[in-house]
Amino acid sequence: MAEAAALPAGRTTRLKIDSDGWIKRAFMGVIALYLVAALALPLYAMLSKSFVTYGFDLSRYEFQVSDESGTVWGDPVTAAALNEALGKFAPEDLRSSSDGRLSAPDLFPDFSFRSPVKYRIRGTSDNAPYLVGLDLQNSTEWRELDSNTFRRVNLRPVTTTGLQNYQEYFSNPVLFSSIENSLFIASVSTVLTVLFAFGFAYAINRSCMPFKGAFRLIAMMPILVPSLLPGIALIYMFGNQGFLKGLLFGQTIYGPLGIVIGSVFFTFPHALIIISTALSISDQRQYEAAESLRASKWRTFWTVTIPGARYGLISAAFVTFTLVITDFGLPKVIGGQYNVLAIDIYKQVIGQQNFEMGAVVSVVLLIPAIVAFIVDRQVQKKQVSLLSARSVPYQPKPNRRFDMTMLAWCATMGVFIAGIIAVCQFAALINYWPYDLSFSLRNYDFNRMDGGGWAAYWNSLELAALTAVIGTAIIFTGAYMVEKIDGFKTGRAVFQFLAMLPMAIPGMVLGLAYIFFFNNPANPFHFIYGTMAILVVSTVTHFYTVGHLTALTALKQIDAEFEPVATSLRQPFWRLFARVTVPVCLPAILDISIYMFVNAMTTVSAVVFLYSTHTALASVAVLNMDDAGDIAPAAAMGMMIFYTNATARILHAFASRRILSRTQAWRVR
Amino acid sequence: MSELQAEGAVATPAEPSYLKIEGLWKAFGDFIALREVSLDIARGEFICFLGPSGCGKTTLLRAIAGLDPQSRGTIRQGGRDISELPASQRDYGIVFQSYALFPNLTVERNIAFGLENTKRPKAEIAARVRELLALVGLPDQAKKYPAQLSGGQQQRIALARAIAINPGLLLLDEPLSALDAKVRVHLRHEIKELQRKLGVTTIMVTHDQEEALSMADRIVVMNHGVIEQIGTPTEIYRHPATLFVADFIGETNRIATTYSGGAVKLGDATLQTRETGLADGAAVTVAVRPEDVLPHAIGHEAATKPNHLPVRIVDMEFLGSYWRTHLASAALGGTPLVANFSMNAVRRLGLSAGAEMTVELPAERVLVFPQGDTRGGAHG
Repeated sequence: MAEAAALPAGRTTRLKIDSDGWIKRAFMGVIALYLVAALALPLYAMLSKSFVTYGFDLSRYEFQVSDESGTVWGDPVTAAALNEALGKFAPEDLRSSSDGRLSAPDLFPDFSFRSPVKYRIRGTSDNAPYLVGLDLQNSTEWRELDSNTFRRVNLRPVTTTGLQNYQEYFSNPVLFSSIENSLFIASVSTVLTVLFAFGFAYAINRSCMPFKGAFRLIAMMPILVPSLLPGIALIYMFGNQGFLKGLLFGQTIYGPLGIVIGSVFFTFPHALIIISTALSISDQRQYEAAESLRASKWRTFWTVTIPGARYGLISAAFVTFTLVITDFGLPKVIGGQYNVLAIDIYKQVIGQQNFEMGAVVSVVLLIPAIVAFIVDRQVQKKQVSLLSARSVPYQPKPNRRFDMTMLAWCATMGVFIAGIIAVCQFAALINYWPYDLSFSLRNYDFNRMDGGGWAAYWNSLELAALTAVIGTAIIFTGAYMVEKIDGFKTGRAVFQFLAMLPMAIPGMVLGLAYIFFFNNPANPFHFIYGTMAILVVSTVTHFYTVGHLTALTALKQIDAEFEPVATSLRQPFWRLFARVTVPVCLPAILDISIYMFVNAMTTVSAVVFLYSTHTALASVAVLNMDDAGDIAPAAAMGMMIFYTNATARILHAFASRRILSRTQAWRVR
Repeated sequence: MSELQAEGAVATPAEPSYLKIEGLWKAFGDFIALREVSLDIARGEFICFLGPSGCGKTTLLRAIAGLDPQSRGTIRQGGRDISELPASQRDYGIVFQSYALFPNLTVERNIAFGLENTKRPKAEIAARVRELLALVGLPDQAKKYPAQLSGGQQQRIALARAIAINPGLLLLDEPLSALDAKVRVHLRHEIKELQRKLGVTTIMVTHDQEEALSMADRIVVMNHGVIEQIGTPTEIYRHPATLFVADFIGETNRIATTYSGGAVKLGDATLQTRETGLADGAAVTVAVRPEDVLPHAIGHEAATKPNHLPVRIVDMEFLGSYWRTHLASAALGGTPLVANFSMNAVRRLGLSAGAEMTVELPAERVLVFPQGDTRGGAHG
């Protein structure tokens, strides 16, 4: 019988760690360290930066002024007292940025640099920096200066931590309105995208319409281009010189309208994949039951179809919402004067060099992204439990009217998506819109434009290839350690958390965090700043989570007893890893690598803060050429990305099939 | 009685034990999975850990394998203390219920997995693989992938892979549970033969009593993390140390009563039992196996003899090799009695439902266990 008895006193047995154990721990340590250095620390740096403010603290300085003889000194007086008496600087004048300067002679209305009067200055606290010319002083010792030198004395700001940046942000109506704008755009785009994608997925899964394969291919096209490409197409169609401008009846495409249309375009495939999966797992038997109960089609739709797909719909909504609210490229191209959060970060950092305020906006942008991420994870967990091995897949029956309606809907979406790509292709090939409509390859001559030229394209290709190879290796090895290492529970839980985190971090936020972290000269990794390496690191980190989840799913399907068997055969774990684990997971590994490749080609948000002149990228070049008014070359570069990704996809499909047939003969009985 | 003595010959190892487990405890949080388990296993023995699910048998196996270390206690293998050694430095081969064959490697690559990487010449490895394939009776399957083999074949490959490296100890974790009944019986025999041929010390975990009885040299019966009894199959069956063992292995009729002077009262009747050492008046549970209820004669005439009971046949079920018979007796009050009567006995005595008859419960087959404590009791 199991009496409640405790263990006898003594030490709990712990196995000695063998060389395998050390190697595994070392591996996991290295990858965990990677995630800490590439994710946790930069985010921490950004968060702390958002609480830093710069300002002149006049109470920290004291002055003494002599008479004209330069020997008789007046009483010491603080700068704060001088300013109060004078009313020269209002409190808001004393706010500053990291390189602000306040001229000390401004506190002395009688000051003249020719005067024989002498001045003394000192700090009253440990940290009271001021400049004499270019010399930085920080001392409580008096320093005596003649008038001509005193002319070049500037006070420097000191840092304080607090919520001032946030106060300032939320009291600035222009910045604050960006929150409303972002929420508005994201909500409208989400509703439209989910609705459209649901119709499309419904047609593919529940009707007998023809050309399903072709529609599936077309629907996936937006994944292959940067999110800002639809913006360029929309400018060609509805912009100031657009050929369809009349259709807008005086409305402008530059603003919410353009952002919403473009957002629907680039989020459509993401929503479609999720909803299509949800619809494809429904059970035929439920529909047969509904039919036998004589429920109407309409009633069946609302009581069987929608509840069955609800987790998919919720998940798709949150994914779409996050994609839109964190997207930067599209509002940059077509947003006009309409400010959204992602644009604010860019403007604060690139335009005004106000890094602290950029950090504040980043933190604000993090909130909806993290909420969406948490809800999505919860929903995903429930979705899995809906799957049952005994479900009978739904088999649609032909119904001419219904099938034709569905075909019409898919055709409409297909024309919209293919049309956007076609317009870009058209724009890239037209000599000089709208005056010279002859075709030429002039716009592909990128070396004639600013933005990086053809070198940018080759850089992108290098980035994508490196990201695919290095990223896949890191991600798969990391997932293996999480899933297959024994013991070491806490470490694995922390690792798993770090691996899931990137999904909740918008690219803009990650990029900005990298500036704060890697651009700090005190950082030992500072040397990678401005190199290809930082672009690879940021891209791998940005897209880490999806790859990690793919790898985990594949690894979970592998028998957990392979490791003990290999150990009992006295084989090191890496031999099992190389001979069995990796070959068995090869399809998943290929999927991860193509995912990393395509995203590295199209991403703008993280890398826009991190590229340097010799590591310009194609996707950023699209942005910059568009900014410079070279819209046609921007479209041409966007199409270069499209060709590349399409080719990579085809090669991937081809390679997958070959590798599968060659090395996975065991899959067929 | 002579039969009893032959069965009772205890197979306690004469030579120093190969695997010596002392005072093993295992806790998962607050749950105690193993409670002071001690065990000696001789070289070349085939041992079965038998018990219901959750009894700790797999936990014990995993502790021996170094996959889940014990919390307290020591394990010595071949004189070496392996208590704290990681799995890779222990000396065993293991076979799991799932086979755990590497799906992307052919049968010969699977078997060779533990041989490669050891600086052995290729030809030697190939010869060893051929030898092992012949040993498990699958000489023609070398080039196939595991998915192309049946479950029984896969398990034989897993076995070949485990013994390829000549381990000192072979661990089998429910190796037959995933197979269908016929294949299981066949493989049982084959594994036992193979073990005898190789002389490798083997531990098999199972919840199937038939498997344990037919394969093991000795059985370790476990329940709630403690060892209930260790013994040869016949010992375990004939002389269960506890009511749990009696119940788990084979079937029993159980009757609650009191013990007095080497006998128990069953209603009006008195049954002589084995020597128990219990005090007079102790509350006990009497257990009798259905096959130990012996058909004596039609009618109640013989019921006056000691250990004979008058009964009525309520119902008979034909189960092929014997008749499962439900008996009622005025002497037992309402307690029904189940007996297994052989075909021959039924024919000889002309038994049928409704008949009145006399059965014998031989004293040496009447098991007595003190109530409220499943431990201790009538072990003879």
